[in-house]
Amino acid sequence: MSDRPTRRERYERARRRRSVVIATISTVVVVAALIVLIPRTPGWERVRQAFFDGDVFVETFPGLLSAFWLDVKILVWSTPLILVVSLLVALARNTRSPALFPLRAFAVIYTDVLRGIPVILLVFLIGFGVPALGLSRTWANPVIWGTVTLVLSYSAYTAEIIRAGIDAVHESQRAGARSLGMTSGQTMRSVVLPQAFRKIVPPMMNTFVSLQKDVALVSLIGPVEILRQAGIDKATYANFTPYVAASLIFLAMTIPCTRLADWALARQRARTGATTIA
Amino acid sequence: MRRSPAMRRIIPALAVGALVLAACGSDDDGDSATTEAPSGTTGTSEGAGAGDVDCSATISDGVLTVATGEPAFFPWVIDDTPESGEGFEAAVAYAVAAEMGYDADAVTWVRTTFDEAIQPGPKNFDINLQQYSITPERAENIDFSLPYYTSNQAIVALDGSPAEGATTIADLKDVKFGAQVGTTSLAFITDVIQPNQEPFVYDDNVGAKAALEANQIDAAVFDLPTALYVSGVEIEGSSVIGQFPADAGGTTDQFGMVLEKDSPLTSCVDAAITAITDSGELDAIQQEWLSDFTGAPVISVE
Repeated sequence: MSDRPTRRERYERARRRRSVVIATISTVVVVAALIVLIPRTPGWERVRQAFFDGDVFVETFPGLLSAFWLDVKILVWSTPLILVVSLLVALARNTRSPALFPLRAFAVIYTDVLRGIPVILLVFLIGFGVPALGLSRTWANPVIWGTVTLVLSYSAYTAEIIRAGIDAVHESQRAGARSLGMTSGQTMRSVVLPQAFRKIVPPMMNTFVSLQKDVALVSLIGPVEILRQAGIDKATYANFTPYVAASLIFLAMTIPCTRLADWALARQRARTGATTIA
Repeated sequence: MRRSPAMRRIIPALAVGALVLAACGSDDDGDSATTEAPSGTTGTSEGAGAGDVDCSATISDGVLTVATGEPAFFPWVIDDTPESGEGFEAAVAYAVAAEMGYDADAVTWVRTTFDEAIQPGPKNFDINLQQYSITPERAENIDFSLPYYTSNQAIVALDGSPAEGATTIADLKDVKFGAQVGTTSLAFITDVIQPNQEPFVYDDNVGAKAALEANQIDAAVFDLPTALYVSGVEIEGSSVIGQFPADAGGTTDQFGMVLEKDSPLTSCVDAAITAITDSGELDAIQQEWLSDFTGAPVISVE
């Protein structure tokens, strides 16, 4: 085999080079147009002062970053709990025995009710309501009850995603496993769920990104996390720049997450030989 | 030899990065130029002084549009109806309006949040009063009138709270505090009291009330009139366990009206506030609406 490229390879390389050039030029044109046009709008000076104040940014960023640590802690606590609770609810909803009807009914009510109430209302109801029953200071901690609220609400959403994933596994898979002598539990564990989880990675990541942002709702019942800290800084300086800074910190977490999920999916497609055409 | 797919994506991305950096560079140049302009205008408007100021530049001709909160709280506005002129801030608004040449019929009310008051762009109010504390940081982005009230900070706690009986700041170090976001009360906790535990923060005094009842905080800090109202009316079993001197910790909590940055009306409003202060009218209004709101033991900041 010679190293000389074939005509086809040369042609393809030329086409690729052409795509890069076109993509670069169009990107430069669009971004340049934005940079030229936006400052020409009449209110730009005022907007820049209110949202992009460099001094306020530098003053507030370290405080926002340390407040963000609380968000991360809540996220780390709630994510595994959500997975466990939602899996249990999804499995309860997928039981087929007539004797387990109450369990199915409970699962339906759980998802309907907790998905139907805005998270923000649940945060107030549970965060202030449960501790007011007379809990000790340690157990009345709003961080605990805020986390519980997120787990309840998000596991209702996630349970539906898992259920959809289970339903998406073809019935023949289940039938095949049962005909091999597997129990229904074994079938679910080693045949249905592994295939279901593969299908639901994108919506799960979507929900995870959504959770990363909704953690901020815990601040409504007291704890000073990043959104609240940004609100405090905003009021101190009468300037919205802390919100922009907080947005950047959120993006620094959410974008790598979504990129990672995309990468994992692409790798899995390549490994299983599935088509890469979306 | 193929160029990897990643490279194909990176080249346009680098182009964007370079452009953004270039834009930031030019922004900095613009910054130094623009900061000089407003300070110049502020100088002239202050120089104009009382008497010959133009009070006609309101957002709608012949009408003074006054903003307050939604809802507006007692004793600042009685029964959430500022149109009645009842309540301290409602009365001050009408007194200032009269001084500016707008009689009661020519005053309309709108409701805004704090964010609406400070957001860039045209405002839907001429003056906005809802216990906005005057701070130099805020004054960078909005105009403040001269102060129309100076408030003490005060502590509200339920009976049996660890904060009860405190006479100095040192007695309050182990208290778990709560406050409302965007108030000087919060800054007072973190800067002056400096408790060992981080305070909790709420959107409004309703949140602080719920947290007191849920045993999540020991005490909440408000300006004194709000504290007396909250303890007397809103939270059963609570009381104002102490107030701090107005100049405690070097911070004086003064309420000012908020106007759009570099508003042509600012000097006019200042002149009106000066006039009602000098004539004793402001004192009389304070006597009428806030006289019940002074009694509480004083806590030393030493």
